[in-house]
Amino acid sequence: MLSCSHVPSTEEIKERIERALPGSSVIVTDLTGGGDHLRAEVVSDRFAGLSRIEQHKLVYGVFGDEIGGRIHALSLKTSTPSEVR
Amino acid sequence: MINEEIRRAIEKAIGGEQVMLFMKGVPQQPACGFSARVCAILGALGVEFGAVDILPDPRIRQELSALSGWPTIPQLFVRGELVGGCDIVTEMFESGELAAMLGVEQPAGVGAPRQAQEPTPLQIDGS
Repeated sequence: MLSCSHVPSTEEIKERIERALPGSSVIVTDLTGGGDHLRAEVVSDRFAGLSRIEQHKLVYGVFGDEIGGRIHALSLKTSTPSEVR
Repeated sequence: MINEEIRRAIEKAIGGEQVMLFMKGVPQQPACGFSARVCAILGALGVEFGAVDILPDPRIRQELSALSGWPTIPQLFVRGELVGGCDIVTEMFESGELAAMLGVEQPAGVGAPRQAQEPTPLQIDGS
């Protein structure tokens, strides 16, 4: 089925989200240490006015088909700067 | 089955159940920590739900994601609408939004710090 041989680094995920959503701040953690279950906490003002589904779709859209393939699992938490204190 | 038939079967499944979960494995034996968590949440809410295992045929996942615009599994649908995957379902469970959406009581003691509830993958699929 899916190959997990070339797992992306947390730095790569962070950089790509920050590049796609300028001004965002992204923290990526490796939940298992194996690189296959990553979690990204993304704060961006681009999320303002969007539903949670739409916010997550925006971030998943950065990776396209890689989600579920090269990126086995990417857990998300999205918020706008005004929601973060 | 051709892809269009798979797509129609998915649409029928989504429309045919009040609460429908597309997951890896079956509720009695989820094959992924994220699917397991959503099953556990629905169980904690005492909600009956339909479930489709996407693992037997990769086209199920392809067609489902094309239909929903959502790339990952699990995917929870309520009354025909995509609610989200494990992260959103978990957030909505902890906030009480999910119980409200499903018209059930929020269980006592829910709302613990999120960090304590990261999923533990039960099994890594793939080769």
